Amino acid sequence: MLTGFYTMMVRIRKVEENLMEVFSRGEIPGFLHVSIGQEAAPAAVCAHLNANDCISTTHRGHGWAVAKGIEIRRAMAELFGKREGFCLGRSGSMHLADAGIGIMGANGIVGGGIPIAAGAAFAAQYKKTDHVAVATFGEGATGEGAFHEAMNFAAIRRLPMVFVCENNGWAEFSPKSVHMPVESVTSRALAYDIPAVSVSNKVVEIYEAAGEAVRRARKGKGPSLLEIRCDRWYGHYVGDAQKYRGKEKVEEAMAKDCIADFEAELIKGKVLRRKDLDRIRAEVSAEVEDAVNFARQCTYPDVSEMLEGLYV
Amino acid sequence: MKETRYIFAIKEAMEEEMDRDENVFLIGEDVGLAGGSFGASKGLYEKFGPERVVDTPISELGFTSLAAGAASCGLRPIVEIMFMDFVTCAMDSIVNQIAKMRYMFGNQYTVPVVVRMPEGGGLNAGPQHSQCLEAWFAHVPGLKVVMAATPHDVKGLLKASIRDDNPVIFIENKTLHAMKGMAAEADEDVVLPLGKADVKLQGSDVTIVTASRMVHESLKAARILEQEGISAEVVDLMTIQPWDRKTVFDSVAKTHRLVVAHEAVKQFGFGAEIAAAAAEEILDELDAPVMRVGAPFAPASYSLEKYYVPSADDVVSAVKSTLERTL
Repeated sequence: MLTGFYTMMVRIRKVEENLMEVFSRGEIPGFLHVSIGQEAAPAAVCAHLNANDCISTTHRGHGWAVAKGIEIRRAMAELFGKREGFCLGRSGSMHLADAGIGIMGANGIVGGGIPIAAGAAFAAQYKKTDHVAVATFGEGATGEGAFHEAMNFAAIRRLPMVFVCENNGWAEFSPKSVHMPVESVTSRALAYDIPAVSVSNKVVEIYEAAGEAVRRARKGKGPSLLEIRCDRWYGHYVGDAQKYRGKEKVEEAMAKDCIADFEAELIKGKVLRRKDLDRIRAEVSAEVEDAVNFARQCTYPDVSEMLEGLYV
Repeated sequence: MKETRYIFAIKEAMEEEMDRDENVFLIGEDVGLAGGSFGASKGLYEKFGPERVVDTPISELGFTSLAAGAASCGLRPIVEIMFMDFVTCAMDSIVNQIAKMRYMFGNQYTVPVVVRMPEGGGLNAGPQHSQCLEAWFAHVPGLKVVMAATPHDVKGLLKASIRDDNPVIFIENKTLHAMKGMAAEADEDVVLPLGKADVKLQGSDVTIVTASRMVHESLKAARILEQEGISAEVVDLMTIQPWDRKTVFDSVAKTHRLVVAHEAVKQFGFGAEIAAAAAEEILDELDAPVMRVGAPFAPASYSLEKYYVPSADDVVSAVKSTLERTL
């Protein structure tokens, strides 16, 4: 399991490092928001989920899609805007979705996906299945009505869902002091009588806390909120120089690396040796590079496909 | 067929569809225990229970997006928005999410959500309880927009909307709720096609294209005009998006004059789209400029409502105006 966490975290990082590279070269257009430094949360939470469980993700959602099990080749094709992508090249990074495994879509509207995940939880309850839904979002989204409305309704109906907040301290270009009067998002859950815990950016710690929340949801005991205190290394988008943040603060954030910390623990605990880590990284690199090459070879949709499927 | 009222026809449509398909459920403010703010769901809570007739907090955005999520997991939600004005709180949900989920995600999802809401003045309810905003939704690719004028139509169109796999904005009218008329019985299962207009009155001198409450004002106008020897054809669009170009253009090809009448503010209303389409596509059929009837460019005034909401007299004036003019 620990090896699995490590592999997944490395996979997420490699995907995003590759994306930054191809984005900088102009191979993919639009906006790109990376979650480098925040890989632990998706790797840990998604380890409790199966293909029938739904998640809603955000503009910074590559990590969640990867951890939920999206096929990297077709995900990469989507980011390249190619027809072979999961969304026929219509979504790009900001709306990446794979209905087949419950990835309900990244959302370009901050907080927009939270009540949609509540809808998936409602459907699970309605159909009397044991599926759960996970809404992922940043602490910036907790200023949105959508967050509060979903929390309120989920608590009233005891929906089988988990609210997962990656609190990286930044709402786009504004620090927490500007957009949150409380230190932790867990305080917000109190208002809805939703149990909430806050954990650090350590994968095992997140896994244990998420396990309790997911089990609670699956047993029909209602929603929980899980906050992960993490750091956003890069800016709001790739290319954001983060002048508003200051060089020192950025260096401070980058010094906290959930992957490097976990590597040290794995070696110290003799779970894996240095050469095992090297092997995993090499394998994952090859896998991601293969996906990039696949995406490059895919085809752009034709303009004649513009209106296809707008209506059923 | 049996006589009923518009509001009961709405309830019957929902009840029959909920009987037919267990994935259909109703969600909104006061729809359950209270039976709906206007009584549209009276008795459904008792029959189907709180799982399928879902009372919500006052949070239009939250429960409309919830419906989107539920629909993409295989359910068929009917969302009730108490007054059309309140749908503004759910615009992210409808415009950014529901309308785009299918297309944006590469046709992976179908999102069969019906969002029902009553529009219009007539209750002196003032600026925030009287608006007609159908044109907003007709402007958003991915949505269908339906407006029903009679008990028969509201039942058949609502049943069609619930069965449609696309998101449908279903617009009722508050002043029509109490209207009596014939509607189909459950075993007749009348489902009217979306995107198809209905010629409510045949005529030869002018075509009046309209929808919802203004269908009745237009019919009244036609009776007034008839006494003056003017024969008006009244076309009830029933679906605003996609609208039935063929029926409208065929009618204009017969009458050569066109008036579009809606209760919404005239500027940028659906009348503008129809007038522009006529100018683009069938200008040679027109013998006179197209006239539009709509509310003044102002919010609905509490005390001046009777002068604000368009009436049969306004339709009569517009018809006479187009008959007096030539291109």
